[in-house]
Amino acid sequence: MRPQWQGGGHAEARPAGGKGGRGLSAIVEFDSVGLRYGTGAEVLRDLNFRLQKGGFYFLTGPSGAGKTSLLKLLYLAQRPTRGRVQLFGEEISDAPRAALPEFRRRIGIVYQDFRLIRHLSAFDNVALPLRIAGSSEADVEAPVREMLAWVGLADRSSARPPTLSGGEQQRVAIARAVINRPQLLVADEPTGNVDADMAQRLLHLFTALNRLGTTVVVATHDISLIKEMPGAHMIRLEGGTMVDPTGALKNPPQTGWVEVQR
Amino acid sequence: MLSWLFASSSQRRILGRPAGVSGPTPWLIAIMSFSMIVVAAAGLAVSNTAGTIAKSAEHRYSVQVPDGARNLPAVISALRSARGVSGAEAVPEADMRATLKTWLGSEADNPDLPVPAMASFDLAAGADIAAVERQVKSAAPNATIVAHRENLRPVLRSLRVLQWLALGLVALLAAAAAAAVVLAARGALDTHRFTIDVMHGMGATDVQVTQLFQRKIAIDALVGSAAGAAAAAAVLLLFTASATALGELTGGVRLGLADIMLLLLLPLALTALATWVARTAVLTALRQAL
Ligand SMILES: Nc1ncnc2c1ncn2[C@@H]1O[C@H](COP(=O)(O)OP(=O)(O)OP(=O)(O)O)[C@@H](O)[C@H]1O
Ligand SMILES: [Mg+2]
Repeated sequence: MRPQWQGGGHAEARPAGGKGGRGLSAIVEFDSVGLRYGTGAEVLRDLNFRLQKGGFYFLTGPSGAGKTSLLKLLYLAQRPTRGRVQLFGEEISDAPRAALPEFRRRIGIVYQDFRLIRHLSAFDNVALPLRIAGSSEADVEAPVREMLAWVGLADRSSARPPTLSGGEQQRVAIARAVINRPQLLVADEPTGNVDADMAQRLLHLFTALNRLGTTVVVATHDISLIKEMPGAHMIRLEGGTMVDPTGALKNPPQTGWVEVQR
Repeated sequence: MLSWLFASSSQRRILGRPAGVSGPTPWLIAIMSFSMIVVAAAGLAVSNTAGTIAKSAEHRYSVQVPDGARNLPAVISALRSARGVSGAEAVPEADMRATLKTWLGSEADNPDLPVPAMASFDLAAGADIAAVERQVKSAAPNATIVAHRENLRPVLRSLRVLQWLALGLVALLAAAAAAAVVLAARGALDTHRFTIDVMHGMGATDVQVTQLFQRKIAIDALVGSAAGAAAAAAVLLLFTASATALGELTGGVRLGLADIMLLLLLPLALTALATWVARTAVLTALRQAL
Protein backbone atom coordinates (compact mmCIF):
# COMPACT_ATOMS: atom_id res chain seq x y z
CA MET A 1 0.00 0.00 0.00
CA ARG A 2 2.33 2.66 1.18
CA PRO A 3 5.89 2.04 0.10
CA GLN A 4 7.15 4.61 2.62
CA TRP A 5 6.43 2.35 5.48
CA GLN A 6 5.50 -1.07 4.25
CA GLY A 7 8.61 -2.76 5.42
CA GLY A 8 10.46 0.20 4.02
CA GLY A 9 11.00 1.53 7.48
CA HIS A 10 13.06 -1.50 8.40
CA ALA A 11 14.92 -1.57 5.15
CA GLU A 12 15.84 2.07 5.54
CA ALA A 13 17.35 1.66 8.96
CA ARG A 14 20.65 3.44 8.71
CA PRO A 15 24.05 2.57 10.04
CA ALA A 16 24.39 3.92 13.54
CA GLY A 17 26.27 7.17 13.70
CA GLY A 18 25.93 7.87 10.00
CA LYS A 19 24.75 11.35 10.71
CA GLY A 20 24.76 12.72 7.19
CA GLY A 21 22.65 9.94 5.78
CA ARG A 22 20.31 9.92 8.74
CA GLY A 23 18.94 13.41 8.15
CA LEU A 24 17.75 12.59 4.65
CA SER A 25 14.35 11.13 5.35
CA ALA A 26 13.86 12.03 9.01
CA ILE A 27 11.26 14.75 9.44
CA VAL A 28 11.56 14.78 13.23
CA GLU A 29 14.61 13.97 15.28
CA PHE A 30 14.77 13.98 19.09
CA ASP A 31 18.14 13.75 20.76
CA SER A 32 18.23 13.33 24.58
CA VAL A 33 15.17 15.53 24.85
CA GLY A 34 13.77 16.47 28.24
CA LEU A 35 10.93 18.82 29.10
CA ARG A 36 9.87 20.33 32.36
CA TYR A 37 7.19 22.93 33.01
CA GLY A 38 8.52 25.74 35.16
CA THR A 39 10.47 24.31 38.07
CA GLY A 40 8.57 21.04 38.24
CA ALA A 41 9.97 17.61 37.58
CA GLU A 42 10.71 16.53 34.03
CA VAL A 43 7.55 15.31 32.34
CA LEU A 44 9.54 14.05 29.36
CA ARG A 45 12.94 12.40 29.77
CA ASP A 46 15.68 11.07 27.54
CA LEU A 47 13.69 10.93 24.35
CA ASN A 48 15.76 9.68 21.43
CA PHE A 49 13.90 8.88 18.24
CA ARG A 50 13.39 9.84 14.64
CA LEU A 51 10.22 9.95 12.59
CA GLN A 52 10.44 9.14 8.92
CA LYS A 53 9.11 11.50 6.29
CA GLY A 54 5.79 10.16 5.06
CA GLY A 55 5.31 7.88 8.05
CA PHE A 56 2.13 7.32 10.03
CA TYR A 57 2.67 7.25 13.79
CA PHE A 58 0.47 6.51 16.73
CA LEU A 59 1.50 7.89 20.09
CA THR A 60 0.00 6.02 23.02
CA GLY A 61 0.47 5.69 26.72
CA PRO A 62 -1.47 6.17 29.93
CA SER A 63 -2.97 9.47 30.95
CA GLY A 64 -0.29 11.84 32.14
CA ALA A 65 2.46 9.95 30.33
CA GLY A 66 3.39 13.09 28.40
CA LYS A 67 1.75 12.56 25.01
CA THR A 68 0.39 16.07 24.71
CA SER A 69 3.71 17.45 25.96
CA LEU A 70 5.56 15.57 23.27
CA LEU A 71 3.16 16.83 20.61
CA LYS A 72 3.69 20.38 21.87
CA LEU A 73 7.37 19.93 21.17
CA LEU A 74 6.46 18.74 17.68
CA TYR A 75 4.19 21.64 16.86
CA LEU A 76 6.48 24.19 18.49
CA ALA A 77 4.27 25.24 21.37
CA GLN A 78 7.13 24.29 23.72
CA ARG A 79 10.87 24.25 23.50
CA PRO A 80 12.72 21.33 25.07
CA THR A 81 14.39 22.21 28.36
CA ARG A 82 17.11 19.70 27.52
CA GLY A 83 18.46 18.04 24.42
CA ARG A 84 17.94 18.82 20.76
CA VAL A 85 14.89 18.74 18.52
CA GLN A 86 15.22 18.83 14.77
CA LEU A 87 12.28 19.44 12.49
CA PHE A 88 12.45 19.23 8.71
CA GLY A 89 16.15 18.63 9.08
CA GLU A 90 16.75 21.87 10.96
CA GLU A 91 17.64 22.46 14.56
CA ILE A 92 14.76 24.25 16.25
CA SER A 93 15.49 23.81 19.97
CA ASP A 94 17.34 27.12 20.08
CA ALA A 95 16.13 28.69 16.85
CA PRO A 96 15.28 32.37 17.29
CA ARG A 97 11.64 33.07 18.00
CA ALA A 98 11.26 34.89 14.71
CA ALA A 99 12.22 31.73 12.80
CA LEU A 100 9.40 29.64 14.27
CA PRO A 101 6.40 30.89 12.24
CA GLU A 102 7.98 29.58 9.07
CA PHE A 103 8.20 26.08 10.58
CA ARG A 104 4.72 26.27 12.05
CA ARG A 105 3.24 26.96 8.63
CA ARG A 106 4.42 23.53 7.54
CA ILE A 107 2.65 21.82 10.46
CA GLY A 108 -1.06 21.10 10.74
CA ILE A 109 -2.46 20.74 14.25
CA VAL A 110 -5.67 19.11 15.37
CA TYR A 111 -6.07 20.09 19.00
CA GLN A 112 -7.91 17.81 21.34
CA ASP A 113 -10.36 20.61 22.10
CA PHE A 114 -10.53 21.72 18.41
CA ARG A 115 -9.65 25.34 19.22
CA LEU A 116 -11.95 26.72 16.56
CA ILE A 117 -12.47 30.47 16.68
CA ARG A 118 -16.07 30.74 17.71
CA HIS A 119 -16.96 34.05 16.08
CA LEU A 120 -15.66 32.92 12.68
CA SER A 121 -17.70 30.82 10.26
CA ALA A 122 -16.53 27.33 9.40
CA PHE A 123 -15.29 28.81 6.13
CA ASP A 124 -13.23 31.52 7.81
CA ASN A 125 -11.84 29.05 10.34
CA VAL A 126 -10.64 26.77 7.60
CA ALA A 127 -9.35 29.74 5.57
CA LEU A 128 -7.28 31.11 8.45
CA PRO A 129 -4.04 29.19 7.75
CA LEU A 130 -4.17 30.25 4.09
CA ARG A 131 -4.69 33.89 5.02
CA ILE A 132 -1.90 33.75 7.55
CA ALA A 133 0.35 32.23 4.92
CA GLY A 134 -0.42 35.25 2.77
CA SER A 135 -2.72 33.76 0.12
CA SER A 136 -4.77 36.32 -1.74
CA GLU A 137 -8.54 36.18 -1.25
CA ALA A 138 -8.88 34.84 -4.79
CA ASP A 139 -6.74 31.86 -3.85
CA VAL A 140 -8.65 31.13 -0.66
CA GLU A 141 -12.20 30.55 -1.87
CA ALA A 142 -11.78 27.43 -4.01
CA PRO A 143 -9.49 25.35 -1.76
CA VAL A 144 -11.60 26.09 1.30
CA ARG A 145 -14.82 25.09 -0.46
CA GLU A 146 -13.14 21.95 -1.70
CA MET A 147 -11.81 21.06 1.73
CA LEU A 148 -15.19 21.64 3.37
CA ALA A 149 -16.80 19.42 0.78
CA TRP A 150 -14.15 16.81 1.42
CA VAL A 151 -15.04 16.65 5.11
CA GLY A 152 -18.74 16.66 4.23
CA LEU A 153 -19.52 20.17 5.43
CA ALA A 154 -20.11 21.96 2.12
CA ASP A 155 -23.53 23.12 3.27
CA ARG A 156 -22.34 24.29 6.68
CA SER A 157 -19.64 26.66 5.54
CA SER A 158 -21.25 29.77 7.01
CA ALA A 159 -22.11 28.14 10.33
CA ARG A 160 -20.24 29.22 13.42
CA PRO A 161 -18.61 26.53 15.58
CA PRO A 162 -21.05 26.78 18.50
CA THR A 163 -23.88 25.86 16.15
CA LEU A 164 -22.07 22.75 14.89
CA SER A 165 -22.20 19.29 16.43
CA GLY A 166 -19.10 17.89 18.09
CA GLY A 167 -18.30 15.73 15.10
CA GLU A 168 -18.83 18.61 12.71
CA GLN A 169 -16.53 20.81 14.76
CA GLN A 170 -13.93 18.08 14.72
CA ARG A 171 -14.11 17.90 10.93
CA VAL A 172 -13.77 21.69 10.65
CA ALA A 173 -10.71 21.44 12.90
CA ILE A 174 -9.25 18.75 10.68
CA ALA A 175 -10.05 20.67 7.50
CA ARG A 176 -8.25 23.67 9.01
CA ALA A 177 -5.27 21.53 9.95
CA VAL A 178 -4.84 20.12 6.47
CA ILE A 179 -5.89 23.04 4.24
CA ASN A 180 -2.28 24.09 3.74
CA ARG A 181 -1.20 20.53 2.86
CA PRO A 182 1.16 20.45 5.82
CA GLN A 183 4.28 18.33 5.71
CA LEU A 184 3.57 17.23 9.26
CA LEU A 185 0.13 16.64 10.73
CA VAL A 186 -0.13 16.41 14.50
CA ALA A 187 -3.41 15.29 16.04
CA ASP A 188 -4.03 15.05 19.79
CA GLU A 189 -6.79 12.58 20.63
CA PRO A 190 -8.64 13.52 17.45
CA THR A 191 -11.28 10.89 18.06
CA GLY A 192 -11.61 11.49 21.78
CA ASN A 193 -15.28 12.39 21.76
CA VAL A 194 -16.84 10.99 18.63
CA ASP A 195 -18.49 7.64 18.03
CA ALA A 196 -16.69 4.72 16.42
CA ASP A 197 -18.08 5.43 12.96
CA MET A 198 -16.91 9.01 13.01
CA ALA A 199 -13.53 7.91 14.36
CA GLN A 200 -13.13 5.64 11.37
CA ARG A 201 -14.08 8.36 8.94
CA LEU A 202 -11.58 10.75 10.49
CA LEU A 203 -8.89 8.11 10.34
CA HIS A 204 -9.60 7.77 6.64
CA LEU A 205 -9.03 11.48 6.21
CA PHE A 206 -5.64 11.08 7.82
CA THR A 207 -4.64 8.12 5.71
CA ALA A 208 -5.72 9.92 2.55
CA LEU A 209 -3.52 12.85 3.52
CA ASN A 210 -0.72 10.48 4.45
CA ARG A 211 -0.92 8.97 0.97
CA LEU A 212 -0.31 12.46 -0.39
CA GLY A 213 2.97 12.54 1.51
CA THR A 214 2.12 14.13 4.85
CA THR A 215 3.76 12.65 7.91
CA VAL A 216 1.03 11.99 10.48
CA VAL A 217 1.39 11.73 14.25
CA VAL A 218 -1.75 10.83 16.18
CA ALA A 219 -1.89 10.66 19.95
CA THR A 220 -4.66 8.35 21.05
CA HIS A 221 -5.90 5.97 23.69
CA ASP A 222 -8.11 4.33 21.14
CA ILE A 223 -6.81 0.80 20.57
CA SER A 224 -9.47 0.09 17.95
CA LEU A 225 -8.18 3.00 15.94
CA ILE A 226 -4.66 1.59 16.08
CA LYS A 227 -5.94 -1.80 14.98
CA GLU A 228 -7.43 -0.15 11.92
CA MET A 229 -3.95 0.77 10.79
CA PRO A 230 -1.86 -2.37 10.82
CA GLY A 231 0.98 -0.62 9.00
CA ALA A 232 1.37 2.32 11.36
CA HIS A 233 4.38 2.88 13.58
CA MET A 234 3.93 2.94 17.34
CA ILE A 235 5.39 5.16 19.98
CA ARG A 236 4.51 4.36 23.55
CA LEU A 237 5.19 6.74 26.39
CA GLU A 238 5.14 5.85 30.05
CA GLY A 239 6.10 8.29 32.74
CA GLY A 240 7.70 10.63 30.25
CA THR A 241 9.97 8.11 28.53
CA MET A 242 9.56 5.86 25.55
CA VAL A 243 9.10 2.23 26.40
CA ASP A 244 10.07 -0.63 24.14
CA PRO A 245 8.22 0.29 21.03
CA THR A 246 7.87 -3.21 19.67
CA GLY A 247 7.20 -5.16 22.84
CA ALA A 248 4.84 -2.87 24.67
CA LEU A 249 1.93 -3.13 22.32
CA LYS A 250 -0.12 -6.11 21.38
CA ASN A 251 -0.15 -5.16 17.75
CA PRO A 252 1.40 -7.26 15.06
CA PRO A 253 5.11 -6.88 15.61
CA GLN A 254 5.90 -5.62 12.13
CA THR A 255 3.71 -2.61 12.76
CA GLY A 256 5.17 -1.62 16.10
CA TRP A 257 8.08 0.19 14.64
CA VAL A 258 9.92 3.30 15.45
CA GLU A 259 13.59 3.85 15.09
CA VAL A 260 15.11 4.44 18.48
CA GLN A 261 18.62 5.75 18.76
CA ARG A 262 20.84 4.16 21.32
CA MET B 1 3.29 51.39 1.88
CA LEU B 2 0.95 51.66 4.82
CA SER B 3 -0.05 48.05 4.51
CA TRP B 4 1.85 47.28 7.71
CA LEU B 5 -0.63 49.54 9.43
CA PHE B 6 -3.85 48.28 8.01
CA ALA B 7 -5.35 44.83 7.93
CA SER B 8 -7.63 43.74 5.12
CA SER B 9 -11.34 43.28 5.77
CA SER B 10 -11.03 39.50 6.03
CA GLN B 11 -8.13 39.93 8.43
CA ARG B 12 -10.19 42.34 10.47
CA ARG B 13 -12.95 39.77 10.78
CA ILE B 14 -10.51 37.51 12.60
CA LEU B 15 -10.92 39.44 15.83
CA GLY B 16 -14.66 39.53 15.29
CA ARG B 17 -15.10 43.06 16.50
CA PRO B 18 -17.85 45.37 15.42
CA ALA B 19 -16.70 47.74 12.71
CA GLY B 20 -16.27 51.39 13.56
CA VAL B 21 -15.43 53.23 16.70
CA SER B 22 -16.30 51.61 20.01
CA GLY B 23 -15.12 51.18 23.54
CA PRO B 24 -13.73 53.68 26.02
CA THR B 25 -10.48 54.45 24.19
CA PRO B 26 -11.86 57.08 21.79
CA TRP B 27 -13.46 58.92 24.70
CA LEU B 28 -10.28 58.85 26.67
CA ILE B 29 -8.24 60.10 23.76
CA ALA B 30 -10.83 62.81 23.09
CA ILE B 31 -10.55 64.09 26.66
CA MET B 32 -6.76 64.03 26.45
CA SER B 33 -6.77 65.78 23.09
CA PHE B 34 -9.17 68.43 24.35
CA SER B 35 -7.14 69.12 27.48
CA MET B 36 -3.85 69.13 25.60
CA ILE B 37 -5.05 71.68 23.07
CA VAL B 38 -6.60 74.01 25.64
CA VAL B 39 -3.51 73.88 27.84
CA ALA B 40 -1.22 74.31 24.86
CA ALA B 41 -3.27 77.27 23.61
CA ALA B 42 -3.02 78.89 27.04
CA GLY B 43 0.71 78.24 27.06
CA LEU B 44 1.13 79.79 23.62
CA ALA B 45 -0.95 82.81 24.63
CA VAL B 46 1.22 83.30 27.71
CA SER B 47 4.32 82.92 25.61
CA ASN B 48 3.05 85.50 23.11
CA THR B 49 2.16 87.89 25.92
CA ALA B 50 5.59 87.53 27.43
CA GLY B 51 7.12 88.12 24.00
CA THR B 52 5.07 91.25 23.41
CA ILE B 53 5.87 92.63 26.83
CA ALA B 54 9.54 91.86 26.53
CA LYS B 55 9.71 93.40 23.08
CA SER B 56 7.91 96.58 24.06
CA ALA B 57 10.15 96.99 27.09
CA GLU B 58 13.38 96.02 25.47
CA HIS B 59 14.60 99.49 24.51
CA ARG B 60 12.44 101.57 26.80
CA TYR B 61 13.88 103.42 29.77
CA SER B 62 12.48 105.80 32.39
CA VAL B 63 14.17 108.55 34.25
CA GLN B 64 12.99 109.38 37.73
CA VAL B 65 13.55 113.03 38.37
CA PRO B 66 13.34 114.23 41.99
CA ASP B 67 12.21 117.80 42.34
CA GLY B 68 10.66 117.43 38.92
CA ALA B 69 9.14 120.84 38.51
CA ARG B 70 12.61 122.37 38.47
CA ASN B 71 14.72 119.68 36.80
CA LEU B 72 12.45 118.00 34.27
CA PRO B 73 12.89 120.43 31.36
CA ALA B 74 16.70 120.20 31.65
CA VAL B 75 16.54 116.39 31.73
CA ILE B 76 14.30 116.29 28.69
CA SER B 77 16.58 118.55 26.68
CA ALA B 78 19.63 116.55 27.82
CA LEU B 79 17.90 113.37 26.59
CA ARG B 80 16.94 114.92 23.28
CA SER B 81 20.54 115.90 22.63
CA ALA B 82 21.94 112.49 23.65
CA ARG B 83 23.06 110.08 20.93
CA GLY B 84 20.70 107.15 20.15
CA VAL B 85 17.80 108.50 22.16
CA SER B 86 14.40 108.89 20.57
CA GLY B 87 10.88 109.49 21.75
CA ALA B 88 11.98 111.28 24.90
CA GLU B 89 8.96 112.69 26.67
CA ALA B 90 7.91 113.87 30.04
CA VAL B 91 5.30 111.92 31.87
CA PRO B 92 3.13 114.77 33.18
CA GLU B 93 2.42 114.88 36.88
CA ALA B 94 -1.29 114.57 36.19
CA ASP B 95 -0.66 111.23 34.44
CA MET B 96 1.38 109.99 37.35
CA ARG B 97 -1.33 110.93 39.81
CA ALA B 98 -3.95 109.23 37.64
CA THR B 99 -1.89 106.07 37.67
CA LEU B 100 -1.35 106.27 41.42
CA LYS B 101 -5.10 106.65 41.91
CA THR B 102 -5.50 103.00 41.00
CA TRP B 103 -3.58 102.15 44.12
CA LEU B 104 -4.12 105.05 46.46
CA GLY B 105 -7.61 106.24 45.57
CA SER B 106 -8.42 109.92 46.13
CA GLU B 107 -5.32 110.21 48.33
CA ALA B 108 -3.38 110.39 45.05
CA ASP B 109 -4.76 113.86 44.48
CA ASN B 110 -3.37 115.09 47.79
CA PRO B 111 -0.93 117.88 46.86
CA ASP B 112 1.12 116.94 49.95
CA LEU B 113 1.98 113.64 48.32
CA PRO B 114 5.33 114.08 46.61
CA VAL B 115 5.01 112.69 43.13
CA PRO B 116 8.29 112.29 41.30
CA ALA B 117 8.53 113.58 37.80
CA MET B 118 9.24 111.02 35.14
CA ALA B 119 10.61 111.01 31.68
CA SER B 120 10.76 108.07 29.34
CA PHE B 121 12.69 107.40 26.16
CA ASP B 122 13.72 104.72 23.68
CA LEU B 123 17.35 103.90 23.17
CA ALA B 124 18.53 102.71 19.77
CA ALA B 125 20.13 99.28 19.74
CA GLY B 126 23.86 99.52 20.31
CA ALA B 127 23.74 103.02 21.78
CA ASP B 128 25.64 103.61 25.01
CA ILE B 129 23.31 103.94 28.00
CA ALA B 130 26.24 105.03 30.22
CA ALA B 131 26.82 108.11 28.03
CA VAL B 132 23.11 108.95 28.20
CA GLU B 133 23.19 108.53 31.97
CA ARG B 134 26.17 110.92 32.29
CA GLN B 135 24.36 113.61 30.30
CA VAL B 136 21.19 113.16 32.38
CA LYS B 137 23.15 113.34 35.63
CA SER B 138 24.84 116.54 34.55
CA ALA B 139 21.39 118.06 34.06
CA ALA B 140 19.97 116.62 37.29
CA PRO B 141 22.48 114.84 39.58
CA ASN B 142 19.82 112.89 41.55
CA ALA B 143 18.03 111.53 38.51
CA THR B 144 18.07 107.76 38.10
CA ILE B 145 17.60 105.78 34.93
CA VAL B 146 15.75 102.47 35.05
CA ALA B 147 15.48 100.03 32.18
CA HIS B 148 11.87 98.79 31.80
CA ARG B 149 13.29 95.40 31.12
CA GLU B 150 14.63 95.36 34.70
CA ASN B 151 11.26 96.25 36.18
CA LEU B 152 9.55 93.61 34.12
CA ARG B 153 12.01 90.83 34.82
CA PRO B 154 9.99 89.22 37.67
CA VAL B 155 6.80 89.40 35.61
CA LEU B 156 8.49 87.88 32.60
CA ARG B 157 10.00 85.17 34.74
CA SER B 158 6.54 84.26 36.06
CA LEU B 159 5.18 84.16 32.54
CA ARG B 160 8.01 81.88 31.42
CA VAL B 161 7.30 79.57 34.35
CA LEU B 162 3.66 79.42 33.31
CA GLN B 163 4.74 78.65 29.78
CA TRP B 164 6.92 75.74 30.90
CA LEU B 165 4.15 74.57 33.17
CA ALA B 166 1.81 74.41 30.17
CA LEU B 167 4.40 72.50 28.18
CA GLY B 168 4.90 70.08 31.06
CA LEU B 169 1.16 69.57 31.36
CA VAL B 170 0.90 68.81 27.65
CA ALA B 171 3.70 66.24 28.01
CA LEU B 172 2.01 64.72 31.07
CA LEU B 173 -1.30 64.48 29.25
CA ALA B 174 0.44 62.78 26.34
CA ALA B 175 2.09 60.34 28.75
CA ALA B 176 -1.26 59.63 30.42
CA ALA B 177 -2.87 59.04 27.03
CA ALA B 178 -0.04 56.68 26.10
CA ALA B 179 -0.44 54.76 29.35
CA ALA B 180 -4.17 54.47 28.77
CA VAL B 181 -3.56 53.18 25.27
CA VAL B 182 -1.12 50.58 26.60
CA LEU B 183 -3.77 49.37 29.05
CA ALA B 184 -6.38 49.28 26.31
CA ALA B 185 -4.03 47.33 24.05
CA ARG B 186 -3.25 44.82 26.81
CA GLY B 187 -6.94 44.45 27.51
CA ALA B 188 -7.62 43.78 23.85
CA LEU B 189 -4.81 41.22 23.82
CA ASP B 190 -6.29 39.44 26.84
CA THR B 191 -9.71 39.43 25.26
CA HIS B 192 -8.33 37.84 22.12
CA ARG B 193 -5.71 35.62 23.74
CA PHE B 194 -7.33 32.47 22.41
CA THR B 195 -7.49 33.71 18.83
CA ILE B 196 -3.90 34.91 19.04
CA ASP B 197 -2.69 31.56 20.36
CA VAL B 198 -4.45 29.75 17.54
CA MET B 199 -2.97 32.14 14.99
CA HIS B 200 0.51 31.75 16.45
CA GLY B 201 0.10 28.00 16.26
CA MET B 202 -0.61 28.34 12.55
CA GLY B 203 2.53 30.34 12.01
CA ALA B 204 1.22 33.91 12.24
CA THR B 205 4.01 36.38 12.92
CA ASP B 206 3.81 38.99 15.67
CA VAL B 207 3.54 41.69 13.04
CA GLN B 208 0.54 39.93 11.49
CA VAL B 209 -1.19 39.71 14.85
CA THR B 210 -0.31 43.31 15.66
CA GLN B 211 -1.85 44.52 12.41
CA LEU B 212 -5.19 43.26 13.61
CA PHE B 213 -5.00 45.53 16.64
CA GLN B 214 -3.27 48.65 15.48
CA ARG B 215 -5.80 49.53 12.83
CA LYS B 216 -8.55 49.60 15.44
CA ILE B 217 -6.42 51.62 17.84
CA ALA B 218 -5.29 54.05 15.13
CA ILE B 219 -8.90 54.71 14.15
CA ASP B 220 -10.02 55.08 17.77
CA ALA B 221 -7.16 57.49 18.40
CA LEU B 222 -7.78 59.53 15.27
CA VAL B 223 -11.50 59.86 15.90
CA GLY B 224 -10.93 60.65 19.59
CA SER B 225 -8.25 63.24 18.85
CA ALA B 226 -10.34 64.92 16.19
CA ALA B 227 -13.38 65.09 18.45
CA GLY B 228 -11.28 66.50 21.30
CA ALA B 229 -9.73 69.04 18.94
CA ALA B 230 -13.14 70.15 17.69
CA ALA B 231 -14.39 70.62 21.25
CA ALA B 232 -11.23 72.53 22.16
CA ALA B 233 -11.58 74.78 19.10
CA ALA B 234 -15.18 75.55 20.07
CA VAL B 235 -14.18 76.41 23.63
CA LEU B 236 -11.25 78.55 22.51
CA LEU B 237 -13.41 80.45 20.01
CA LEU B 238 -16.07 81.06 22.64
CA PHE B 239 -13.43 82.28 25.02
CA THR B 240 -11.88 84.62 22.45
CA ALA B 241 -15.30 86.01 21.54
CA SER B 242 -16.13 86.78 25.14
CA ALA B 243 -12.57 87.95 25.79
CA THR B 244 -13.27 91.52 24.70
CA ALA B 245 -14.55 91.94 28.23
CA LEU B 246 -11.42 90.28 29.48
CA GLY B 247 -9.30 92.16 26.95
CA GLU B 248 -7.32 93.83 29.71
CA LEU B 249 -6.51 90.50 31.27
CA THR B 250 -5.32 88.82 28.11
CA GLY B 251 -3.65 91.98 26.88
CA GLY B 252 -5.47 91.49 23.62
CA VAL B 253 -3.11 88.66 22.80
CA ARG B 254 -4.09 86.56 19.82
CA LEU B 255 -2.73 83.26 18.61
CA GLY B 256 -0.82 83.57 15.38
CA LEU B 257 -1.13 81.34 12.35
CA ALA B 258 1.96 79.37 13.39
CA ASP B 259 0.41 78.81 16.83
CA ILE B 260 -2.80 77.52 15.30
CA MET B 261 -0.87 75.17 13.01
CA LEU B 262 0.99 73.90 16.05
CA LEU B 263 -2.29 73.29 17.89
CA LEU B 264 -3.68 71.46 14.87
CA LEU B 265 -0.62 69.22 14.84
CA LEU B 266 -1.29 68.14 18.43
CA PRO B 267 -4.19 65.77 17.70
CA LEU B 268 -2.26 64.28 14.81
CA ALA B 269 0.78 63.81 17.01
CA LEU B 270 -1.45 62.26 19.66
CA THR B 271 -2.86 59.82 17.10
CA ALA B 272 0.61 58.87 15.93
CA LEU B 273 1.79 58.48 19.51
CA ALA B 274 -1.18 56.31 20.47
CA THR B 275 -0.76 54.08 17.43
CA TRP B 276 2.95 53.67 17.95
CA VAL B 277 2.59 52.99 21.65
CA ALA B 278 -0.17 50.44 21.03
CA ARG B 279 1.89 48.70 18.37
CA THR B 280 4.90 48.56 20.65
CA ALA B 281 2.83 47.34 23.60
CA VAL B 282 1.24 44.58 21.53
CA LEU B 283 4.54 43.48 20.02
CA THR B 284 6.18 43.44 23.44
CA ALA B 285 3.35 41.44 24.95
CA LEU B 286 3.37 38.97 22.08
CA ARG B 287 7.06 38.36 22.55
CA GLN B 288 6.33 36.84 25.97
CA ALA B 289 4.90 33.78 24.25
CA LEU B 290 6.99 31.26 22.33
N1 LIG C 1 1.30 23.41 31.31
C1 LIG C 1 1.69 22.51 32.23
N2 LIG C 1 2.27 22.91 33.37
C2 LIG C 1 2.71 22.03 34.28
N3 LIG C 1 2.58 20.71 34.17
C3 LIG C 1 2.00 20.22 33.05
C4 LIG C 1 1.53 21.09 32.03
N4 LIG C 1 1.02 20.34 31.04
C5 LIG C 1 1.15 19.07 31.43
N5 LIG C 1 1.74 18.99 32.63
C6 LIG C 1 2.08 17.75 33.33
O1 LIG C 1 2.89 16.97 32.49
C7 LIG C 1 2.55 15.61 32.59
C8 LIG C 1 2.23 15.08 31.22
O2 LIG C 1 1.06 15.73 30.76
P1 LIG C 1 0.49 15.52 29.31
O3 LIG C 1 -0.65 16.42 29.11
O4 LIG C 1 1.61 15.62 28.34
O5 LIG C 1 -0.01 14.00 29.40
P2 LIG C 1 -0.84 13.17 28.37
O6 LIG C 1 -0.06 11.93 28.11
O7 LIG C 1 -1.21 13.99 27.21
O8 LIG C 1 -2.11 12.79 29.22
P3 LIG C 1 -3.63 12.56 28.71
O9 LIG C 1 -3.66 11.21 28.09
O10 LIG C 1 -4.42 12.60 29.96
O11 LIG C 1 -3.95 13.65 27.76
C9 LIG C 1 1.39 15.53 33.56
O12 LIG C 1 1.91 15.11 34.80
C10 LIG C 1 0.87 16.93 33.64
O13 LIG C 1 0.40 17.19 34.94
MG1 LIG D 1 -2.99 14.78 26.42
